Amino acid sequence: MKQLDFTVRSNEKLNDQNHLIKVTPSNHELLPEIFPGQFVQILVDNSPRIFLRRPISVNFVNKEKNEVWLLIQAIGEGTGRICEAVTGDRMNLLFPLGSSFTIPGEKGNYLLVGGGVGTAPLLFLGKMLHDKGVSCDFLLGGRSEKDILQRRDFEKYGTLYCATEDGSFGEKGFVTRHSLLENKRYDFIFTCGPKPMMVAVAKYAHRNGIACEVSLENLMACGFGACLCCIEKTIRGNVCACTEGPVFNLNELTWLD
Amino acid sequence: MARLEVQIGDLQLRNPVMTASGTFGYGTEYSDFIDLGRLGGVFVKGTTLEPREGNDYPRMAETPSGMLNSVGLQNKGVDYFVEHLYPVIKDYDTHMIVNVSGSTIEDYVACAAKLAGLDKMPAIELNISCPNVKEGGMAFGTSCASAASVTRAVREVYPKTLIVKLSPNVTDIAEIARSVEAEGADAVSLVNTFLGMAIDVERRKPKLSTITGGLSGPCIKPIALRMVWQVYHAVNIPIIGMGGITNWQDAIEFILAGADAIQIGTYNFVDPAASVKIVDGINDYLDRHHISSVNELVGGMNHF
Repeated sequence: MKQLDFTVRSNEKLNDQNHLIKVTPSNHELLPEIFPGQFVQILVDNSPRIFLRRPISVNFVNKEKNEVWLLIQAIGEGTGRICEAVTGDRMNLLFPLGSSFTIPGEKGNYLLVGGGVGTAPLLFLGKMLHDKGVSCDFLLGGRSEKDILQRRDFEKYGTLYCATEDGSFGEKGFVTRHSLLENKRYDFIFTCGPKPMMVAVAKYAHRNGIACEVSLENLMACGFGACLCCIEKTIRGNVCACTEGPVFNLNELTWLD
Repeated sequence: MARLEVQIGDLQLRNPVMTASGTFGYGTEYSDFIDLGRLGGVFVKGTTLEPREGNDYPRMAETPSGMLNSVGLQNKGVDYFVEHLYPVIKDYDTHMIVNVSGSTIEDYVACAAKLAGLDKMPAIELNISCPNVKEGGMAFGTSCASAASVTRAVREVYPKTLIVKLSPNVTDIAEIARSVEAEGADAVSLVNTFLGMAIDVERRKPKLSTITGGLSGPCIKPIALRMVWQVYHAVNIPIIGMGGITNWQDAIEFILAGADAIQIGTYNFVDPAASVKIVDGINDYLDRHHISSVNELVGGMNHF
């Protein structure tokens, strides 16, 4: 973990709420190893009401450009302020934080299920799996077509399946009702998104005996295990989602009890 | 930097900047960000006789310029601390001080007695001010009689430096401070969090599982500062001031109001290196004002 100033290289508005912000260390130092599923804590500057940092998952790491991509939904005052960043602005980050998705050594069928802005860490995960020679399926969901973000990026690393609530893109309905889940047999599922979606995915995985990892977004203050606010109930008792997670194996959680 | 040295009971601190219990884990959590050896001391997470799982999620709600928490003293208990955490932290190059909490006087006494035997634990901070536990905690800190009796009982078994952490959720904090001073407390630390709450209006639900929780951060600073100033005029023992400190100016304010030393709390979450920046800021301030010892500043507010 370290605290470092980054410089904003670009801030691209992907739809009415979501921004893709690309940052690089201001002092040009090389990024340390960052794993898919890990997150950063962004300091919200010049916003006196906002006190705490905002935890944002790593969307992608471009090693050649020494660049971290952050996909941020401007949902409140803090994230709204962060999304106002322009090229050249400084952004103070604590990073890399938390656990990561397991990249299994075995070949098999991998499914990455994401909803809304929860698709963010799955791009980097898909890339890492792709680099290991594993091809995966992405199953992404959103309210409508404009909410399915970064489609072209995802398509570089696997096959893309989509579901939208209004049916404007892919199948109509929730990802958890997508026909893919009936038609193909998977060995590993990784998921990130709204909790009801992840619980439904977890139940599907459990029912079908598929290994499953989920990425949580519990409310947190510090992001590095000091405040004990973001706890998740596990089979080992209450643990910090920021240090033991955000990625958990389904078997560790008590969701299905 | 001898001019930053401060004495609290038998403790000689290299500087007056310490970190507040519950915001700094066991120090280990911060070792990637700062050199712990630059701090005057570290107050580790509240420790109880028996392990505690803490309260249910959600335990945190951000509020304007601050946050509410209802962690509820999640910790693995004093025996686990002695066996597994003490061996790791005992050689840190700063004073490591355990915050002790309990539900009954017997709990406090048993916990303090176990800690008294640890060579490299020079002090404890008696937490009679946690607002997030159902029994004990703050209840001990809100009446003079109970504050006095728990201090007296722990004093009998704990010969080293005994600091009592006061609750701000009282009518007159100065009289509580006097009552623990009378029972042999070596110092007081103040303030713990203010009892508060927040409601999610869309769901019409409390933002904390416990409904109420402890408010901390810059939003409490003016009240905390006033309380330190009141206690300064009420007791003769050293005062460790805290409540919303984010920078060296805040720290100097607390010292001018009467604090001998200060603790950085919630702001550690925002800037894990804040504490060392504040040490440097205090040192620069002493330079600029040609002050030879930080002790000269204590209670040094000028009046109109």
